[in-house]
Amino acid sequence: MKNTVFVKSFPAPPVDRKEILRYLNAGCESAGLKAIIDECLKEAEPVLSYKVCYAEFPVNICEDVLDLCFCKTCSHDLYKNLNGCSRIILFAATVGIKFDILVNKYSRLLPSKALCLQAIGNERVESLCNVFNAEIAENYGDVCPRFSPGYGDLTLNMQEEIFKVLNCSRNIGLTLNDSLLMSPQKSVTAIIGIRKSKEKI
Amino acid sequence: MKITEFIKNNILYLDGGMGTLLQSKGLKPGEYPEMRNLTNPDDIIAIHKSYYDAGSNVVCTNTFGANTLKFSEEELDKIIKAAVQNAKNAGSLSGNTQNKWVALDIGPTGRMLKPYGDLEFEDAVNIFKTTVALGAKYGVDLIFIETMNDSYETKAALLAAKETCDLPVFVSNAYSEDGKLMTGASPDAMVAMLEGMGADAIGMNCSFGPKALFPIVEEYLKYSSIPVILKPNAGLPKSVNGKTVFDCSPAEFAADVTKMLEKGVTVVGGCCGTTPEYISALHECAENVAFTPVSQKDITLVSSYTHAVVFDNKPVLIGERINPTGKKRFKEALKTHDIDYILKEGLNQAERGCHILDVNVGLPEIDEPQMIKTAVCELQSVVDLPLQVDTSDPAAMETALRNYNGKAMINSVNGKQESMAAVFPLAKKYGGVVVALTLDENGIPATAEERLKIAVKILKTANNYGICKKDIIFDPLAMTVSADRHAAVETLKAVRLITNELGCKTSLGVSNVSFGLPQRDVITSNFFTLAISNGLSAAIMNPYSDEMMKSYYAFCALQGLDENFQNYIQFSENLPNTVAAAHDASATKADATKPGAVTTRTELQTAIVKGLKDKSAKLTAEMLKTSAPLDIVQNEIIPALDEVGVGFENKTLYLPNLLMSAEAAKSAFEEIKSAIPNETSHSKATFVIATVKGDIHDIGKNIVKLILENYGYNVVDLGKDVEPQTILSKAVELHAPFVGLSALMTTTVPAMAETIKLLKAGAPWCKTVVGGAVLTKDYADSIGADYYAKDAMETVRYAESFNKN
Repeated sequence: MKNTVFVKSFPAPPVDRKEILRYLNAGCESAGLKAIIDECLKEAEPVLSYKVCYAEFPVNICEDVLDLCFCKTCSHDLYKNLNGCSRIILFAATVGIKFDILVNKYSRLLPSKALCLQAIGNERVESLCNVFNAEIAENYGDVCPRFSPGYGDLTLNMQEEIFKVLNCSRNIGLTLNDSLLMSPQKSVTAIIGIRKSKEKI
Repeated sequence: MKITEFIKNNILYLDGGMGTLLQSKGLKPGEYPEMRNLTNPDDIIAIHKSYYDAGSNVVCTNTFGANTLKFSEEELDKIIKAAVQNAKNAGSLSGNTQNKWVALDIGPTGRMLKPYGDLEFEDAVNIFKTTVALGAKYGVDLIFIETMNDSYETKAALLAAKETCDLPVFVSNAYSEDGKLMTGASPDAMVAMLEGMGADAIGMNCSFGPKALFPIVEEYLKYSSIPVILKPNAGLPKSVNGKTVFDCSPAEFAADVTKMLEKGVTVVGGCCGTTPEYISALHECAENVAFTPVSQKDITLVSSYTHAVVFDNKPVLIGERINPTGKKRFKEALKTHDIDYILKEGLNQAERGCHILDVNVGLPEIDEPQMIKTAVCELQSVVDLPLQVDTSDPAAMETALRNYNGKAMINSVNGKQESMAAVFPLAKKYGGVVVALTLDENGIPATAEERLKIAVKILKTANNYGICKKDIIFDPLAMTVSADRHAAVETLKAVRLITNELGCKTSLGVSNVSFGLPQRDVITSNFFTLAISNGLSAAIMNPYSDEMMKSYYAFCALQGLDENFQNYIQFSENLPNTVAAAHDASATKADATKPGAVTTRTELQTAIVKGLKDKSAKLTAEMLKTSAPLDIVQNEIIPALDEVGVGFENKTLYLPNLLMSAEAAKSAFEEIKSAIPNETSHSKATFVIATVKGDIHDIGKNIVKLILENYGYNVVDLGKDVEPQTILSKAVELHAPFVGLSALMTTTVPAMAETIKLLKAGAPWCKTVVGGAVLTKDYADSIGADYYAKDAMETVRYAESFNKN
């Protein structure tokens, strides 16, 4: 049914160490660096959860205004991304608040580990999005790259509409504060345009 | 009939899902369901009525998200008035004659509380209070707090209800797949906290279908002495041929929930995906189930935000190190608001195997209520152990208990009327296990029998306040044996008497016993073994003492409390290491005193460059025996840091390397500080740093803090999400030459601009250094910052450039 919000938990996606190093701004992995990354991965693993909530919406894409069903926007960059789409998948993904609790613990006392965990968190949530996107692509066929509020000229204010329509707080424990910051921090909201339909999931 | 009377002898049927039914009546995603109380009252009345018709005793008003974060107070008033009226109308319209009540439904605020979000605990309490007050005003029969997935927010809601009205309060949490709340609390921790605070029924809703909740229900039934609620989903929504279905049928749902009624659950209903059909099916299925009266569980529990600690056969270790008594370095930390020092003490004790941490931050010259609140909140953000609030100041005790996330231990009350009158009301209101000292207006009795008498008096008084026996732990007082050679014998006798005659738990501050004697650890640890052999349940002790830990692990191993001797073996494996490390350190002493050129690094310099924290601290401690502290800083630490700093700037080392070295240097500095705690004259200028208002990212700020401290700056860290005015006040108070500001989001840069504007007006001497992911030099210039630092080293270099001048 269109407009229904679905909730899905995923198993841990495979770890992409190159990405972790990229987020750390580290060119190569020295022995010391390897040790701290391994240690952080080991500590992070039990506190990570991989949750996504999503819904499908019919959209009307014109150059001057994009009617996304749950809200309207004039973003030109989103227009370029969604041009030719008649439907979108709107989703929110998070690796959970327990990961923030772990980062917070080290943030005060061992910033080196906090920094490493941040990089791991970025990699984890992006990997989760990749897995989810692949699933959407498999079920829907031709899809556009995911596009998030804050990309290009798409304002962050859209977060408020997204959180309302996906009921992120109740569905996956994801909340938004007045500054439009998300808690848990390692979370992503995005739009995936669907160019043509193969089958529905 | 009052609902609280009814549930003593009857199964109470709640209603089922509201959201699913509203969607079938056209509710769109993103639309606030609460508005439908006003726009479509007939739909709401029809849904409520259908539940009463299906046999529900209680319907919950359609007010799940009705709070002042989503609606203005005026709107909220209208919504809640209509919602209550709709539920009441449904009750009159339903022809069913069962007992009917209306519950004010309260869900989470949808915002995360600090420190993981930006909502203050007291703000959350006030938001809930407004909703509760309106519900009470319009005549609901009870408050139903539900779907809470964070223990701290649950506490805020329950506290708000209790402080606003006298209505019964039911509290229901939503659990995740791992059997815990989203923020980590286990079922026993929730039972401990909620029962302690005086909820009338507790349990779980939403989450999954009933089967997945069975293990959580069993945990509740094991520990709870109040009715247990089960209000599960009809499974999770799935899309089948384009239609949403829940995977649990009414018949399956009814059969599963009935199984739990047979186990002892007494309050049942349904959540997402359930309809009146599910409640009817449940009613039918459970018709012949006999009501199980709730039994009193005599289990002493304290909890943190993650887990509970049970007082049973295994001795509970309460770490005593967070206490300034007799500790110069700790006093210094309190005076200079060095919270990190306190946090380290907490973490270290946790690593040593403590189960609970005593927290005492009382010093005559500090604001104790404020300090204990900070200490409790900050400790709970890094350590997951339950805390024992240790203070004689009732105001400090209240603020600590109010802000504590869980059910705390309270240290202490005694047999004096004044003490009991101050402490018991707080224990009753906030929950807690109270440590009761067996002394009174006449002092400490010499004999065990007289101490028992005081214990009996304390129990009686506690009972008058509604505090059960299980929530009192007696401390029969370990007196100094060197002053009275029979002192220990009497104390041990008192432990036995209280355990056997009153059936109560006991705790002792064991360290006292050896005061005035040489090699105190020998006496203390043997006294500890004797005491636990005599039935002592817990000890306030020094976990850094190997002798104490030996006693503990040996006792557990010998009493059959250590399966496969796992804990003992693990402990013993670490014992010889300390010997080996000391040996290692003394062997390297000769090297370490060599002149410190970077090309031929000394041992300490290598340890710092490689980022080896423990080794750096050990080597420094060794060197302090022969070298002056400042020589170590100048000849060892600073050259090593410089080497790493240059490596970082030349990109041969990365940020994690820089930080690991900085942390190693910090542990070396910490050794030096404890050698000369009053040495402050050598710190360079003061740096006030903060993450600006609205922003909760603080890793970058913490990195800058660490590196600045390494270079000898006095860093005053105001934390994250800090008001501009607070930053200005601190800069003025300290006449700080530098303020460092961090912002990570485009949405929070305006707060940074505002802070700079205030500083320019109110503290014109002060240089502002800014940093953060979204900032650039141009951006920094445009908001009037004095300097944009792209990383921590640049901040240091900027500050150093003033030193040179």
